[in-house]
Amino acid sequence: MRIRRRRRLIRAARKSFELRRIRNNTSAIRPRDVLLVATMRNECVRLPFFLKYYRDHGVSHFLIIDNGSSDDTVSYLSDQPDVSLWSTQAGYKASHFGIDWVNWLCRRYAHGHWTVVVDPDEFLVYPFCDTRPIPALTDWLDSSGIRSFSAMLLDVYPKGPINQHVYRAGDNPLDVSSWFDPGNYSIKRNWEYGNLWIQGGPRARIFFADRPEQAPALNKIPLVKWHRKYVYVSSTHMLLPRGLNQVYDEWGGEKASGVLLHAKFLNTFGDKAREELERGQHYAGSAEYRAYAEQGAQELWCKWSEKYINWRQLEILGLMSKGNWA
Amino acid sequence: MTVGIIMLVHTALDRAAQVAQHWTAAGCPVVLHVDTKVSKPRYDAFVETLSSDPLIRFSRRHHCEWGTWSIVAASQSAAERMLAEFDQVLHVYLTSGSCLPLRPVQELVDYLAARPRTDFIESATTADVPWTVGGLDHERFTLRFPFSWKRHRYLFDKWVDVQRRFGLKRAIPHGLVPHMGSQWWCLTRQTISAILQDPDRDMHDRYFRRVWIPDESYYQTLARKYSVNIESRSLTLSKFDHQGKPHVFYDDHLQLLRRSDCFVARKIWPRADRLYRAFLTDADTAMNRTEPNPGKIDRIFAKAVERRTRGRAGLYMQSRFPRLGHENGITSNPYSMFQGFAELFEDFEPWLTRATGTRVHGHLFAPDRAEFAGNQTLNNGALTDSARLRDYAAESFLTNFLWNTRGERQCFQFGPGDNQQVNWLIARDPNAQVSVISGAWAVPLFRANLDFTEVRQEAARLQRIESEHLAILRSAHAKARIRIWTMAEFIEAPMEPLQEIVDEIGSVHSRRLAEVPKMADLDGFGRFLQNLKNQGMHPYLMGDFPVDQTPPQLRKPPRKPYLVR
Repeated sequence: MRIRRRRRLIRAARKSFELRRIRNNTSAIRPRDVLLVATMRNECVRLPFFLKYYRDHGVSHFLIIDNGSSDDTVSYLSDQPDVSLWSTQAGYKASHFGIDWVNWLCRRYAHGHWTVVVDPDEFLVYPFCDTRPIPALTDWLDSSGIRSFSAMLLDVYPKGPINQHVYRAGDNPLDVSSWFDPGNYSIKRNWEYGNLWIQGGPRARIFFADRPEQAPALNKIPLVKWHRKYVYVSSTHMLLPRGLNQVYDEWGGEKASGVLLHAKFLNTFGDKAREELERGQHYAGSAEYRAYAEQGAQELWCKWSEKYINWRQLEILGLMSKGNWA
Repeated sequence: MTVGIIMLVHTALDRAAQVAQHWTAAGCPVVLHVDTKVSKPRYDAFVETLSSDPLIRFSRRHHCEWGTWSIVAASQSAAERMLAEFDQVLHVYLTSGSCLPLRPVQELVDYLAARPRTDFIESATTADVPWTVGGLDHERFTLRFPFSWKRHRYLFDKWVDVQRRFGLKRAIPHGLVPHMGSQWWCLTRQTISAILQDPDRDMHDRYFRRVWIPDESYYQTLARKYSVNIESRSLTLSKFDHQGKPHVFYDDHLQLLRRSDCFVARKIWPRADRLYRAFLTDADTAMNRTEPNPGKIDRIFAKAVERRTRGRAGLYMQSRFPRLGHENGITSNPYSMFQGFAELFEDFEPWLTRATGTRVHGHLFAPDRAEFAGNQTLNNGALTDSARLRDYAAESFLTNFLWNTRGERQCFQFGPGDNQQVNWLIARDPNAQVSVISGAWAVPLFRANLDFTEVRQEAARLQRIESEHLAILRSAHAKARIRIWTMAEFIEAPMEPLQEIVDEIGSVHSRRLAEVPKMADLDGFGRFLQNLKNQGMHPYLMGDFPVDQTPPQLRKPPRKPYLVR
């Protein structure tokens, strides 16, 4: 495992040559700041709300990798004082779906910082997120001696066809995409890396019902007190060293955890699926996008879907937990 | 006549300064101890901001580490300074930099002035306290602890083991009875000076220097020696979790803290602006008082600890995935599984729904789909009836199914033709009520119009599966409420077992059963079994059926359902 980790680190260093620095504001990072690292492509329309959401929750600096966007992503981001921006035209797939670049930026800039690693369509919900900022959580995690915080990916979708509502920059995607599957998640343990393997939700229910083993993994560990020796192994699903994947209690108790609301299914989704399918740069031969494209714009909503209200609702449903944070 | 405040500070100096000024504004002198971990420039700047205040002093600095003597040493120097410099101080109150006064300072002063001889210090003998970290209570006083618990945990534990093994002990000084309690106390001038000016102080200090967590026992023990009137409770509200780590208060605790009956709360998140704004106002503008309700605070934090240590029964999620045997409840609520009933009785499901008012599903683990009640394709929680998805993680499917329907009892059918992956989980689960009529799977085969070799093969397969299942249900590890009848046994007297099962489900109408389900026509079943035997397959799970005669009751002409009263 140590060798695997080292190899990842070397690989990240090698892949770092693909990154071109557009704007570096990292000198503004203060010692206790919470950072956010993201990789994106053509997500300009989502950015205003994305940045606002995380700024409001206490993220101080954004480290963003632009993977060959053709829209205004680069120009929009380089105007933001709290964003440092890198750009690359290299293949997303060849860099382990961006994770090599992320590993490099984390190693270079996030050592000793609590770091959020998310996609622009993922919104972190954690216990008390309506009244306490992320630094309150990270201070508590620090004092409890916890290094990583789990937040399961929860797909949210609109009621009615996906392309029914037009999303405009700055809108809260959760206003429209506010439904989710409350209780159809299967869990397996990955003995090799010590993490849990969670699958289910609307994507498994509709797109992968006949091949559930290929359904996307929903377990994520997006918040880590980074150390330069750490690496993400497969997206943000698991890390090395393996102790960081131990975000669940095995003796009957509940550790604190959150949820990443995954607002992927906006009206922009169809075009995205087509484009990504052509590029073939996504996981497992873009099987996910192929499934969407083949089955067309289906309605994900069903009569047992729940409408998202707040974190307390997710807690009651058992999708996340306060643990002993009160 | 006033109260002197000692503050032990190591982080969030700006907040500490704010609180110190709040105390002095009300006339209470403050002595600050700043940990040597705080760098010199920061310390100097901190002293500078407070130096203009005549009621503020700084004591000699120590390097404080949790669980060690240094914290006591820090409070001793600060207390000495307090006694020496402020004659008007009658009570000394020990606080930390992250404490926040919850009530106007004058109320505290008045309260203490009315009790001039009372020491407020939580102090209990070691036998009586449940909160001990590391499993050490009395041994805190009789072993030696040269290694740091935080930095050298391994050595710490090993050294404790060695001392236990060889019975190494140190004597407790004569005249001291070990007591422990919250480290945040409020002592009278008399008591604290008696402790600090004791001719034996050197001896006491030498002893406690090697006691584990002396800040929870030094003053607590010595106060018992000198105090005339101990009120064994802390005026500081502080709650601890299962690791002995204090709970932190945030902005959203404002209403809760207002209902506390304590004078000071610990610890406050340094960036809880709203709390600091609300409580650090002068008495006139202080918020209107609400009736104290400290029980509510206790409940919230006790529940948080319970959630962390016990969790919610039957929940499997990203941060709770118990190992085998540590589930604290394998499933979330009671349910019933019926094997063979739907085969033996033609209208069992609707009958059971009527008789118990529960939700009755078909074969949830059937090979083609999960047969949810009412032929639904989706069930609570957006669980689908897809067999592929279900079989991919059958145990998750069942635990999800039960978690999603908590509060409503679920019944479902099961049989040897179904997916058998959940057998162990159900057998181990005390929430499960399992009723099996063994061999009843033969009834559909008997009635199906199939080629007899096929029937024979299928019967052999089902019998093998069911007997494996029965072995699980009869194993010593099975914790479910399990009832097994052979088919022959059951049809002898079907009413009694049915009544028993329905009573146990405890439904709305707990009277005698008003109707019985209609049993399938078993004419010729004995002959059918004999044919199987003749083909070399030995059906045994259904019990003994005579060859050419149907079981006794069934020979009567079928009658319409009757009432049993």
